[in-house]
Amino acid sequence: MSSPQDNVVSGKQVSQLPAIYRKPGDTVFKFLILFMSGVIIFLALGMGVILWIEGAPTFSKFGYWDFLVGTKWDPIAQIHGALPFIIGTFVTSLGAIILAIIPAIGVAIFVSEFAPKWLAELINYTVDLLAAIPSVVIGLWAIFNFAPVMREFLLDPIFLWAEENANWLLPFIGPNGPSTYNLFSATIILALMIVPYTVALARDAINLVPREQREAAWALGATRWEVLEMAVLPYATSGIIAGVLLSLARALGETMAVAMLIGNSNRLPLTLFGPAATMPSLIINEFREAVEEIHLTSLMAVGFYLFVITIVMNLLATYIQKRLIKGRTL
Amino acid sequence: MNLQLRYFRGNLLQWGTVFLTALVVVPLLIIILFIVVNGFSALNLDFFTQELGSPARAIQGTPTGLVASIVGTIIIDTIGLAIALPFGLATGILMSEFPEHPFASIARILVSTLNGMPAVLMGLMAYALVVKNTGGFSAFSGAVALSFIMIPIIARTTESVLRITPWVLREVGLSLGLPRWRVTFSLVIPAARAGIITGILIAFARAAGEAAPLLLTSFGNNYLTLDISEPMDSLPQRLYSLAISPYKQWHVLGWGGAIILLLFVIITFFIGKMVNKQLEKNSARLINIKQEEKGNE
Repeated sequence: MSSPQDNVVSGKQVSQLPAIYRKPGDTVFKFLILFMSGVIIFLALGMGVILWIEGAPTFSKFGYWDFLVGTKWDPIAQIHGALPFIIGTFVTSLGAIILAIIPAIGVAIFVSEFAPKWLAELINYTVDLLAAIPSVVIGLWAIFNFAPVMREFLLDPIFLWAEENANWLLPFIGPNGPSTYNLFSATIILALMIVPYTVALARDAINLVPREQREAAWALGATRWEVLEMAVLPYATSGIIAGVLLSLARALGETMAVAMLIGNSNRLPLTLFGPAATMPSLIINEFREAVEEIHLTSLMAVGFYLFVITIVMNLLATYIQKRLIKGRTL
Repeated sequence: MNLQLRYFRGNLLQWGTVFLTALVVVPLLIIILFIVVNGFSALNLDFFTQELGSPARAIQGTPTGLVASIVGTIIIDTIGLAIALPFGLATGILMSEFPEHPFASIARILVSTLNGMPAVLMGLMAYALVVKNTGGFSAFSGAVALSFIMIPIIARTTESVLRITPWVLREVGLSLGLPRWRVTFSLVIPAARAGIITGILIAFARAAGEAAPLLLTSFGNNYLTLDISEPMDSLPQRLYSLAISPYKQWHVLGWGGAIILLLFVIITFFIGKMVNKQLEKNSARLINIKQEEKGNE
């Protein structure tokens, strides 16, 4: 695009224009826009740098690798290792995505293939609304209603049964019996919270499948489900994978509901029905009470690792999506 | 496999998807039901007019409420929005109006990355930048943390709304000899006004529900304060403290806070959906007009 002055032939005409319409306006505009959106760079890259600087004392005391794989987190003894939380984060997030993926794809298939339009719209609204509910509100409900019910009707019976009949299960679910706030309940709530994202992204991937693709399968005499199986799902797979990765990134950073439900234990080994902690839940729980300098910087260092993990996940998913869109337009 | 079997299998799997849909939708309805039932019974006049005070106050049965949290949320979020607005809009304008600029595509990647960043990291950053340098937890640092959350959301919605505004509009403006900034501010933005405002509203609602960054910055305060250099209460952060507290009376207050937060979110959600629908209709109309023009040619 050229600036308007270029289109004016006579120089005289240009000077007759009010000053506000002449060239400086656009230069200033562009400069201001660029300058202000520079804050995005500052936010995205600055965040990594700031967290790294803030966590530096921890890194220099324990070393990057030893801090990462250190299994002991004891603020009083001033020994810090991030492994319990990294394991906790990955166990809850992977568990949640495994729980969420099949229902999410089911919903996406139902709303985009089978449901009548009004019903599909209604379901889309409800699922989107689920994504909009603040984490802390879901956490509050889960603390008062979900966790006690889960313990009474599911976890306690399973534990009692395992104690009698299947002792080999005990190391996995925790030999001391279930606690009300535990890894398992937190994972289920986390799954519920990321389902809307997975649904939305899987839905988009399915909707990207061109109509001709379906029509070809219909023409071959496929039934409704076979069309889906032959023509739609294989085409949508990479989009769904990108969606799952993005949802996983969401799950890794999900903070409040997990912090309220997971029971917050800094110790390994983790058991399914026992308390645990994730990186965000650790930060929320200990940051306000951190007195020692090294405790605070260690929390910042955990934040830095969380930053690195999420950014890698996000870029990977964006890359897959980009390649997907490129493949479609060709 | 004969045809009947194939149909049977298809139907079975189809009902499977119905079941999975119910599995996702039903818990949501349960959550909303519980919050509505427990929340409304917790609301009364005291809830909106009294301070929280110390736990002793609730145990003794003195009227307590969350006025400090409600006022604090409004103050912190409004300041946060005021900080975020110019930056978010500028980034959105850059991405849609200067698509040829090399920085635009970088900004797009960064915005989507930031949208996926855990809010707790925004809190850590605001702590390092503001709390450490101003000497203590304050409402202002909370507002900065929330603005970090709002900026990428505003940028993304602004971009997507401006992009569906037809290029014809810009061409008309430029052909009249208007400079680009004038085209943007007098033609493009007014045309996209409803969508931009909705995006701002959505960003506001998202930030209003965030507890994690506020726990690390504005900290919380059991008493009402209007001083933004002091720790200040906010609803989501207070909800967390109430829910993990051992006091029954505080749990009831927590339900009350949850219903208010939920109502706010649901209302903004439906406003956003309605405006979006309207916008889609409008752009569909424009596409129709274009196709008719092509047909006439």
